[in-house]
Amino acid sequence: MTDPKPVLHLDNIVKTFPGVRALDGVSFSVMPGEVHALMGENGAGKSTLMKVLGGIHKPDEGDIYVDERKVTMSGPLEAKAKGIVFIHQELSLAEELSVAENIYLGELPRKSFGRVDWTRLAEQTNAILKKLNVRFDAATRVGDLSIANQQMVEIARALTVDAKAVIFDEPTASLTDAEKVVLFDVIADLKADGVGIIYISHRMEEIFKITDRISILRDGQYQGTVNTAETNEESVTQMMIGRKLDLSRKATNHDLGDLALEVRGLSCGKLYRDISFQVRRGEVVGFYGLVGAGRTEIAETLFGLRDPSAGQILLAGQEVRIHSPADAIARGISLVPEDRKGQGLVLGMNCRDNMTLPQVDDLKAGPFMAEGAEIAIFDQYRDRLDIRTPGWKQKVGNLSGGNQQKIVIGKWLSMHPTVLIVDEPTRGIDVGSKSEIHKLLRELAAQGYAVMVISSEMPEVLHVSDRIVAMYSGRIMRTFTSDEVTEDSLIQAISGLGDSHAA
Amino acid sequence: MQAGQLSDAMKRGAIWGFIVLELIFFSVAGQYLSLSDSAFMDLDNMLLLLKQSAPIGIIAMGMTIVMVNGNIDLSVGATFAIAAIVLLNSMTWPIFAGLGDWVIPVAWLLALAVGTLLGALNGLIVWKTGVDAFIVTLGAMLGYRGIVFMFNGENPTSHLNWTLVDLAEAEFLGLATASWFLLGVTLAVWFLMTKTVHGRNAYAIGDNREAAVNAGIRVGPHMLINFAIIGFLAALSAVVFYSESGSVNPNDGQLYELWVITAVVLGGTKITGGAGSVIGTFGGVIAIQLLRKGLGHIGADTSTVNLVIGLILIAVLFLDRQLNVRGKEELKV
Repeated sequence: MTDPKPVLHLDNIVKTFPGVRALDGVSFSVMPGEVHALMGENGAGKSTLMKVLGGIHKPDEGDIYVDERKVTMSGPLEAKAKGIVFIHQELSLAEELSVAENIYLGELPRKSFGRVDWTRLAEQTNAILKKLNVRFDAATRVGDLSIANQQMVEIARALTVDAKAVIFDEPTASLTDAEKVVLFDVIADLKADGVGIIYISHRMEEIFKITDRISILRDGQYQGTVNTAETNEESVTQMMIGRKLDLSRKATNHDLGDLALEVRGLSCGKLYRDISFQVRRGEVVGFYGLVGAGRTEIAETLFGLRDPSAGQILLAGQEVRIHSPADAIARGISLVPEDRKGQGLVLGMNCRDNMTLPQVDDLKAGPFMAEGAEIAIFDQYRDRLDIRTPGWKQKVGNLSGGNQQKIVIGKWLSMHPTVLIVDEPTRGIDVGSKSEIHKLLRELAAQGYAVMVISSEMPEVLHVSDRIVAMYSGRIMRTFTSDEVTEDSLIQAISGLGDSHAA
Repeated sequence: MQAGQLSDAMKRGAIWGFIVLELIFFSVAGQYLSLSDSAFMDLDNMLLLLKQSAPIGIIAMGMTIVMVNGNIDLSVGATFAIAAIVLLNSMTWPIFAGLGDWVIPVAWLLALAVGTLLGALNGLIVWKTGVDAFIVTLGAMLGYRGIVFMFNGENPTSHLNWTLVDLAEAEFLGLATASWFLLGVTLAVWFLMTKTVHGRNAYAIGDNREAAVNAGIRVGPHMLINFAIIGFLAALSAVVFYSESGSVNPNDGQLYELWVITAVVLGGTKITGGAGSVIGTFGGVIAIQLLRKGLGHIGADTSTVNLVIGLILIAVLFLDRQLNVRGKEELKV
């Protein structure tokens, strides 16, 4: 056999936007049967590159070759026709339609008089679904499927054409570990069929598990391609951010303070049962478990968004009842929610207004807002948290994920809480900002806050927590101290294996 | 310059640019087409225009808060008619017979209170049932109008109090009473929306309701207050207008909700909430009134006016969309 030819080759792609050189001479190739990771921090140019590939942006310079033939893409449809298929992070499915209708949306098989050929549609769809080894059929309503299965529908859509290259954009962002395994099997099958795969992800573990080569972008510039087997996380990270990153574990290096929060036998219907734990000032307690283990629901209960069906919540030894977020805030509990854009920020508002949102009422002078005091608060937390923004007038929607998260954290710190609950602190945040957020959480504990961190990323939980509460299916399985925890025991606990220990 | 600032500035300025265009067009076209001798941009004509803008304009200020808050109120036209009836009818009630001209403030207060209550009722239903404001106020629009017809059938309700008419027709510093009310309401609502916590929270709730809840803002009471405000302003608009005219037909105020929404949307308020300004709405109100008056000036009839305004509304929103979408890679539909 001769040398394999790349299914997809990008040659010296340059794309500039007013004031920014988004892509500066990026070249890389994807071979048939290869899983090729594309890595880079947010803003490194990954999305722009994919938009150039999908025909949404026209490159200023450079060429795209599919099967060594130069092509120009005018839009997603043409890209698809040429065998370049995208599996987007944000699923774009019509929930009320069936699986088959979604897969062949816009290309439904026809009979005479424009009628849909339902028989043929079902046959074709079931043939594809069989290949993917899924447990639903063509007639299932997409809205009834889990997120993972919806993603399978997207993948099935990709398989309706003779795909040469499939681009996965953060495919595991909302998948559970079990669902990831299924996804990786599908990727392996595609790979065995000789399809080239571009895999975009922030998650190092996955990258090292399933990819063959890694190409790295930084600030729109191509940093190089390495064989996955010949590199490690540290050097990839270094290529991505251009400096070294401290990922080592930290033990508690300060004294713990008083008991801040205690939960006794808290239950909420079927969501979680008999939850008991304590958080002291100066301590970071990590909550680790699979999606649906009940962690977020506990946080929502503590923040007054859900009423518990049984159990007690004690703040500094006093039992409290929390009926609304306003209650929780007044009692010194703050929640940095999981979905930053959907639940945490008012994207159309500027940085200052977002930061002072919970206390603008307390700051007012007479009937009017005290804008000067608000600016002072914003300035204080901008400096303290190192929020990078041109000024308080900047709309929050224009900031990077890391800076947005800092705005949310700053918003709550300015309320001087005792308990800070942070749900998925670094979801969708790039590697560099991630470590800053981690450092910040440690610092906040050192300053005497009681910090609860809910995370689905094991390295994160291990890195920031003094103690780790492992949850499975609405119950606490075990509580680890940072000395005794191991990755294996943690995984066992959250998969429901091993004995249940009271916390 | 920050990304988005240019288009923001263009959007904010767009309504005023449009007004200038209208003025130029009608002045020039008026030279050839108008039957009257006076120029379109005659001072008296412009002052009259401001006065005629008042009924829609006063309600539009309330609609701006309600829409920024993420709701809508379709019942304002019916509330307007009810308040008018309360105003005119209550002046004839025997219990107020001994009050003399003091019946005027009493009738005003009654009308305003009724409007405020009807608005608050809408808000309460939206808050407590969680039903979309569009549906609730659609129901209220039909229901309140039903009440109007129940009161006096197809007959108009009339009462002329000459002291009141004199008051309504008075001018102060060259501006009519109605114009003063429009300017006053605009200023008051501008303060409310830009300088007070209530205004800030209205934007936050309209932009991202969940984030507002998570910040401890009580969304329900805010909506209730905003609906009460628009109810009050619908009644105020009626009070100002019918003090002068003295007679209300059961169909009066019909389609007002649509004129008001048109003005608010032309002024740049997002129909989904979270963005909009009182100053923009003021521009929208003036732009519509200019159009109505201008087209009349060059000899167009009412049906033509409606057709043209409809087309312009769509054209303006299309332009706005183009300005917004550019560079944002929005999906083509």
